[in-house]
Amino acid sequence: MKNKKYDKLVKNAAGRIVPTIINGEEHVPFMGVGKYRPTGRKYGPPIPTCADYPEDGNKVVESLKEALIKAGLKDGMTISTHHHFRNGDLIANMVFDIAHELGVKDLRWFPSASFPCHEHLIQYLEDGTIHHIEGSMNGPLGKYASEGKMRGLGILRSHGGRYQAIQDGEVVIDIAVIAAPTADPFGNANGVEGDAACGLLGFALGDSQYAHKVIVVTDNLVPFPAIPWQIQGNYVDYVVKVDKVGIPEKIVSGTTQITKSPDRLLIAEMTAKFCEQTGLIYNGFSYQAGAGGTSLSIGNYFADILRKNGWKARFIRAGSNKYPVQMLEEGLVDYILDGQTFDLEGVRSMRENPNHVWTSPFTSYNYHSKGNFASMVDIVVLGATEVDLNFNANVVTHSDGYLLHGIGGWQNTLFGKTTILPIPLFRDRIPVIRDEVTTLCAPGEMIDVIVTERGIAINPLRQDLIEKAKKTDLPIKTIEQLKEEAEEICGVPEKAELDDEIIAVIKWVDGTVIDSVRKVKTK
Amino acid sequence: MDNKGIAGNIAKSDCYVEFTPRDSGGNLIKLDSKVEAYYGNHIRKLAENVLEKLGVKNSELSITDQGALDFVIAARIEAAVKKVSDTANEFLFDIREENKTPSGKSQTRFSRLYLPGNTPKLMINAGIHKPNGLILDLEDAVAPDKKHEARFLVRNALRILHFYGAERMVRINQGERGIKDLEFVIPHFPNLILVPKCESAEDIKKVNDTIDRLKRENNIDFPVWLMPIVESAKGVMEAYNIAKSAENVVAMAIGLEDYTADLGVRRTNEGTESFFARTMLVNACKAAGIQPIDSVFSDVSDMDALAENVKKSKSLGFEGMGCIHPRQIKVIHENFAPDDVEIEKAKKIYLAFKEAKAKGLGVVSLGTKMIDAPVVKRAVSTINLAVTTGKLNKNWEEDEK
Repeated sequence: MKNKKYDKLVKNAAGRIVPTIINGEEHVPFMGVGKYRPTGRKYGPPIPTCADYPEDGNKVVESLKEALIKAGLKDGMTISTHHHFRNGDLIANMVFDIAHELGVKDLRWFPSASFPCHEHLIQYLEDGTIHHIEGSMNGPLGKYASEGKMRGLGILRSHGGRYQAIQDGEVVIDIAVIAAPTADPFGNANGVEGDAACGLLGFALGDSQYAHKVIVVTDNLVPFPAIPWQIQGNYVDYVVKVDKVGIPEKIVSGTTQITKSPDRLLIAEMTAKFCEQTGLIYNGFSYQAGAGGTSLSIGNYFADILRKNGWKARFIRAGSNKYPVQMLEEGLVDYILDGQTFDLEGVRSMRENPNHVWTSPFTSYNYHSKGNFASMVDIVVLGATEVDLNFNANVVTHSDGYLLHGIGGWQNTLFGKTTILPIPLFRDRIPVIRDEVTTLCAPGEMIDVIVTERGIAINPLRQDLIEKAKKTDLPIKTIEQLKEEAEEICGVPEKAELDDEIIAVIKWVDGTVIDSVRKVKTK
Repeated sequence: MDNKGIAGNIAKSDCYVEFTPRDSGGNLIKLDSKVEAYYGNHIRKLAENVLEKLGVKNSELSITDQGALDFVIAARIEAAVKKVSDTANEFLFDIREENKTPSGKSQTRFSRLYLPGNTPKLMINAGIHKPNGLILDLEDAVAPDKKHEARFLVRNALRILHFYGAERMVRINQGERGIKDLEFVIPHFPNLILVPKCESAEDIKKVNDTIDRLKRENNIDFPVWLMPIVESAKGVMEAYNIAKSAENVVAMAIGLEDYTADLGVRRTNEGTESFFARTMLVNACKAAGIQPIDSVFSDVSDMDALAENVKKSKSLGFEGMGCIHPRQIKVIHENFAPDDVEIEKAKKIYLAFKEAKAKGLGVVSLGTKMIDAPVVKRAVSTINLAVTTGKLNKNWEEDEK
């Protein structure tokens, strides 16, 4: 990989300057929502034969190192890992320790997300073991990339966009290493059993189907069959047993408690009230519940509204934890369609309750498929770091330009019927509503409502909601009014000065490049 | 010799300031700010302006900032400067027009939220929770070594903070320190002063003498109401005299933590030990025609217990309660507000009155009962309360049809 990081800049349909050659490969610039029509065929991995695999089904090899060597690990390969252990992941670090030991260089790391526990890998970015990361970069890795230190250009994709990229052959995975709380010697694996139970392995599904070589790593090897087989052994080349696959107490990370902040509770209450008074909540409705403290309390208010009216939701799209589980068990909702579990209650429910369903980015989010259920969700509640006057939103960088968050399923869920961003009007003096977002992650047409502690702004594209809100006592304002209100309190902020150099790109759900992330100016 | 002036805190929405005067070299401003990228230049300019206004020519000023707003930064700098140098000058922001709005003598005072006078983080969003009053507290919520700097912060907050319609209140310190506090408060249009540990009419007179002097000196003609807080056995025995001690005493509160300590008993949820004091206070207030206000409920996590407490309080005759957490406000409003039976009755009386007026009848009657003017007035105020507390739709008359 001795290519230029990027080349051939163009202005895309959102007016953003983006490269069309990235790490030596061609990419399509963003053309507008739903405008890009892919042609051709999906990617096909090589055809295997049973003749090459043991008849007794035992694919266990001695160590992860042996598995990687057998899988043909060499310079320039693409290696994938997954974040279902969140900040308790041990496997990604192990993989690159081995690659380093073997002297392999210029690897492309293709994680479904990275966490602070992966700070360990910075040394391998430094010494060239890893060439660049394609996946969310937050915490220390985000800082590293933002300061322009990575050899290649970072590519950030949504969960659905990651599946799409694999399926379309945009990213060809040489070796997928799937960490599994439970597996059998054949390679069947699941996340509901075992000491490191984390719920589901959906983020690894596409990798198992399309990667050239698939290694399953587990600390709970059970005799065939490991049921449920969330990952099917028929895709798997090697199975490795290790002492510990993840740190269970760190798997349950992220915010899993309802917020105690009075300001956030107020925003949550206003959001629920907005949904109730504009008729978005009805018997049989569905919603997306995030894991943040504010989202969780919105779910709580939704539960109150359902109870009060004797209604039931058809399904909750989650990030599950104990709160949606309580609703399922109380009979306030028929199904939880789960993308990842955030606490052990979520894991338990998924193991015990057939109505708590494990999904994958294929069923929920893949834009290059014959529909997905993200667009069927009635209410989607999301966060954002910045929003601009055209309702464009940013979720990956802060106003100072540093990459701090991944996209996750954020872009994919925007296709729900009504997308609401409950956000504080300013954070530590920094206003959230800007003239222009630092990084464009979603075009404004995808965002319907912004709820702040000082008022609610509705996208003018949603005249239906504007009309309905008129009949309520909700504090409806224009987004310009909200911006002025914040600036009257905080002062008008200067725009952060960023370098011209591009350090990463943001993909839209269809694989097109929607924006570039610039290098920050360091002192 | 230590000639360094220090003020502020390393905390969110606050800043920590060190000021050292020097003989030459001009003003050297060192800023380390979390919001440098957006407000760095703005903050440096502000600091220069503050120093200039205070007449500081040569100094070193270091500011460690965690997203403090201008009124906070300016208060911290001024406090630090005035710790080591004497200057009569003040750095005052233009006062917000709405922060000069007077309040009514007998307006609703169901809830009043205490804000520690030296904690800017809690001030900025307090008003959006819609308490009837916001108290900038210089007394118990401020540590003794922070009393000085809190005065500047409270003064600036009175001028600049958005109160979102809440009555602007300040709790001053006890005794002489409280009298001194008034100099930082009265020229900036507070609606109401809470006078802690009040034990006699004489205490009120002292406060009022200072208020009158400051009003005269600053050429202010603005109503400043008083809410004495009775917190001792002696105060309870003097309750009636305090309640009627001055025209501007509009309410009186009881502080049960100190009161029970004074009695040497433990404060319980049942409140048997304070029953006498509370009913005494209610009686004194009603006799003097002012509002009796109950003590704060300190378990901020238990909203059900708070609701019970408010109901009990209302049944004793109290017309409001202090709160120490924004989430308590809604519960306090809902439970002090008129209940369904009261609202229904008030609606009937009001509609009968309107009908009689439309027909040109001089006498209002409901069924076979005659209705007096004060009864109509009370019904109107009940309806207004029901509407403001969300218990009644503001278009309820249309709904009735």
